[in-house]
Amino acid sequence: MLAFLARRLFLAIPSLLGLMILCFVLLRVVPSDPSAALAGDNATPQQIAEIRAKFGFDRPLHEQFFLYMKQVLSGDLGVSVHSNRPVVADIGQRLPATLELTFVALFLAAAIGIPLGTVAAVAHNSPIDHLVRLFTIGGLAVASFWLAIMLQLWLAMDLDLLPLRGRMAVALGSPPTVTGSYVIDSLVAARWDQFVSALRHIVMPATVLAIPAIATIARFTRSGVLETMQKDFVTYETAAGYRRGRLIRIFVLRNSVATAVTQIGLLFGGLISSAVAVEAIFDWPGIGSYAVYAILGQDYKAVLAVTLFVGVVYAIVNVLVDMVHAALDPRVAEQL
Amino acid sequence: MLVLRKFLRDIPAAIGLAVVLFAVFVAIFADQLAPDPIGAMESNILERLQPPSDLHPFGTDHLGRDLLSRVILGTRDALKVSLVTVAGAILIGVPLGLIAGYRRGFISEAIMRLTDVMLAVPQLVLALALAQLLKPSLETAMMALTFTYWPFFARTVYAESRRLRASTFIEALEGIGVGPARIVFFHILPNAAAPIIVRATIGMGFIILTAALLGFLGMGATPPEPDWGLAVAESRQFLPEAWWFATFPGLAIFFAVLGFNLLGDGVRDIVDPRLRRSR
Repeated sequence: MLAFLARRLFLAIPSLLGLMILCFVLLRVVPSDPSAALAGDNATPQQIAEIRAKFGFDRPLHEQFFLYMKQVLSGDLGVSVHSNRPVVADIGQRLPATLELTFVALFLAAAIGIPLGTVAAVAHNSPIDHLVRLFTIGGLAVASFWLAIMLQLWLAMDLDLLPLRGRMAVALGSPPTVTGSYVIDSLVAARWDQFVSALRHIVMPATVLAIPAIATIARFTRSGVLETMQKDFVTYETAAGYRRGRLIRIFVLRNSVATAVTQIGLLFGGLISSAVAVEAIFDWPGIGSYAVYAILGQDYKAVLAVTLFVGVVYAIVNVLVDMVHAALDPRVAEQL
Repeated sequence: MLVLRKFLRDIPAAIGLAVVLFAVFVAIFADQLAPDPIGAMESNILERLQPPSDLHPFGTDHLGRDLLSRVILGTRDALKVSLVTVAGAILIGVPLGLIAGYRRGFISEAIMRLTDVMLAVPQLVLALALAQLLKPSLETAMMALTFTYWPFFARTVYAESRRLRASTFIEALEGIGVGPARIVFFHILPNAAAPIIVRATIGMGFIILTAALLGFLGMGATPPEPDWGLAVAESRQFLPEAWWFATFPGLAIFFAVLGFNLLGDGVRDIVDPRLRRSR
């Protein structure tokens, strides 16, 4: 397993290097004059020249790239034009909110998607199966930003059941940081009011993020279970007298959930994408809404730092998913 | 004909085809179908934020423009963006995938590493960054989406041509001295067409969704264009009163994407019958 992890990490290096080149190209080459872009609209020619010298834009490109790499590797992603703080500090401050939201969404996706797909496969071609298929097809066609607004309209504005936006009722303050998740931290601090408020705030954004993910996982679980149930060993074990429920729980699921797990890794990219819009709509103070403000405010450094950062997180998640996959199905580890 | 009959017996796929054909019809005859093509583009403050009525079946927006007409006119841009993007992505991705799949060595490696990198970055974030660097408009949105979508085609075609390269008939062609360009374009490409078509159909739905998201975030179509995503964004400050303003453009996105996804699933079943059992 350790050798597998080492090899998998090694394979991630060219991707990460490529990611840095991509961000570098976007930051330094695409804008016709990056110094002017960084200086902003109201800069004088003298200010632009100062910036050019300060950031080394007057030097050859390969030198600039090595400088950029050195900065990135030492954790220096520049200073945000808007907050006037290092971008890394901004991201660090907002990261827990995004992690909390995406983990809750992924948890919902797995906890609902896997049973849903299994039930649909076991009841193949029954009304339940058709209903699940309808949901999976619809769930992948709906625009997350629209769904978010529709839920706000219905549950928050019309029925007044859930809070419209934010992460916690302002009057309650925030719990002392332990894990960074308000839901967990408020429990640790034994603050029931905060816990309830945090839960009520996370329900809508997490649901919106989870719906396409639930649809994808249910779909892959369904086809995985259907495929496994046609295998010889299932026929054999049925003949040997295993009860159906036990057979599915122990043998079929372990063989078919592996494919659904690899989907979680791919889903993560989609999740981050929808999080950009969903966080902005629900005023969730995470990386996604940060990216939107940075884009609208033409904060190049912040935009590309987020791109780079999300790419790195994505690579890490994919390594983790491969590890889980290998643990569920040892054949995978041998293939690589 | 057999294929078509089989296809129409698959009810979800037939529905998908019907929806897609309807959308294409609406896009082509948008000017004739829109009840008020002139009022859709000009503001009419006296009529602003009217709820759905016989005169305005979808209501009016914050400038008093007929929403039904705007949704109909928006179909044109939505389909145009996705068609241009998917076509552009095919033009870049397919040749790269063919070259990487058929040839060995440095070029092949370089192409596939680049593809991997592009797939490792969340597409939307990259498209947003790019659209912002190039001044937001419908054209830059198309460019940004093409730039982020071609790797999917490169990957698909690469896998197919890798598989085909090892087959006997390619070996036979090489044996009788057929040149590499001829083999790649006349023998490998037609055999790899099926997965390209499936990917393209599903990609149409995906691009409509992503383009709407770009429009919603202000990185796509610019006012006063009748864009679905932009309309949902514009509606936000008039909620909850003007519920119709947010609802109908979103439903248009939903049905268009649904149509392409259903069609894509149906096409895949025909192209790859092995998958049908487990679907």
